[in-house]
Amino acid sequence: MSERDAYVPDEAEETVRVRFVVNGRKVACDASPRETLVDCLRTTLELTGTHAGCEMGACGACLVQLDGRAVHSCLMFAVQADGAAIDTIEGLSESGAISDLQAEFHRRNALQCGFCTPGMLVSAHELLSQTARPTRDEIRDALSGNYCRCTGYEAIVDAIEAVAKARASASCEDGGVA
Amino acid sequence: MKARAFSYFRARTIEEAFDAHVRCADEARYIAGGQSLVPALSLRLQAPRLLIDITHIAELRGVRREGEFLRIGALTRHCEMLSEPLIAEFAPLLRAAAPFVAHPAIRNRGTLGGSIALADPAAEFPAMALALDAEIEIAGRSGKRRVKADDFFIDLFETALEPGELIVAVHVPLFKSGQRIAFDELARRRGDYAQVGCGMLATYTDKRVDDIRIAFFSVGSVPTRAKQAESVLAGAVLDAAHVAAAQAALANDLMPPDSDDVPPAMRLHLARVLLGRLLGRLGEGA
Repeated sequence: MSERDAYVPDEAEETVRVRFVVNGRKVACDASPRETLVDCLRTTLELTGTHAGCEMGACGACLVQLDGRAVHSCLMFAVQADGAAIDTIEGLSESGAISDLQAEFHRRNALQCGFCTPGMLVSAHELLSQTARPTRDEIRDALSGNYCRCTGYEAIVDAIEAVAKARASASCEDGGVA
Repeated sequence: MKARAFSYFRARTIEEAFDAHVRCADEARYIAGGQSLVPALSLRLQAPRLLIDITHIAELRGVRREGEFLRIGALTRHCEMLSEPLIAEFAPLLRAAAPFVAHPAIRNRGTLGGSIALADPAAEFPAMALALDAEIEIAGRSGKRRVKADDFFIDLFETALEPGELIVAVHVPLFKSGQRIAFDELARRRGDYAQVGCGMLATYTDKRVDDIRIAFFSVGSVPTRAKQAESVLAGAVLDAAHVAAAQAALANDLMPPDSDDVPPAMRLHLARVLLGRLLGRLGEGA
């Protein structure tokens, strides 16, 4: 078999060596090409903060950051992420990047069962990194791909709005421009 | 549900992608953003033996002016429609439609070429390619060709793409002074597929419309131009009588299918409402 034939499939399910940087650490693992990124993160890497909900891109529970952008980890295969940098809710938590969002969600009861919360936080984090002072409509729009079946969203929008406001006034006190 | 087992190949050039496709005897699928393909695989609506990842092919990237056209590489992501200055300046209809495409995280992965190639009749960009009179650049083993959007969308999920071919870029005539655009859609929730959507590009001389292209989506098996409405409006000033005549003409332009959630008469009504709103915005200089 020539080298170029190597990718022609045979009956046995193959695995592919996948290397990426997850939460700042280099990781290598063997994944079947059909293994989604969310399954790889949860099962192989045991990072179970990323939740598998609808597994078809509708609910937003599986959002992670891929090269700095929020993506559905159920809508890509782990092999596609080879060479990428991935930040899961564990990494965002450890780095402290979203500690104010987490505290505000907690303070305002912006979660009940918590299943949707990792995805909500990834969406909120991306929104606030792009738009310093979003309107409530913009917050709702940013969360349009995140389902929450408990809270009714109001407290979540409140929490994100409060963090945006707090960050803006903090940057004013530092001499920055809001 | 999980996808059926397949092999994966990451192509670095178009030729590598073609070779891989041929070796798999057309039982291969190209994958770019994968935001429609991955769910289709997970639901086992499709079960290719080989997935050819084309996202690392440099030739499919980049947005730049080429003569009278803006060349938008097939791999340009939906989120780039919102951030790329050349698109805001020279293809503002794509910029206007982009916020309506699914949700932010989907827009971070989904690509223009993928949307056009899939040709979902409820998707925004295929219809906008029609409204813009865009040309689709296609590469196949026998070379490259350009197909006008008017000739590209053939039937439900059926396009001018032959097996093994892929889209290289979408070429959009540069937006000129004297042109105006308008876009909107009606959906039950933001990010849902539209019940009816519409985008238009009009060329004005003073207050008179010289030429207008109007494209609807979510109105049938393919994105659809409202050609009779266009001809009613060509050469006219957009007064109430002409707007009403264009709305009436939609009965001949659109044949909405019977569906459980939106009956045909309701969809036609919504299309007329939307057309009226958008023509009103055009008149205001939208």
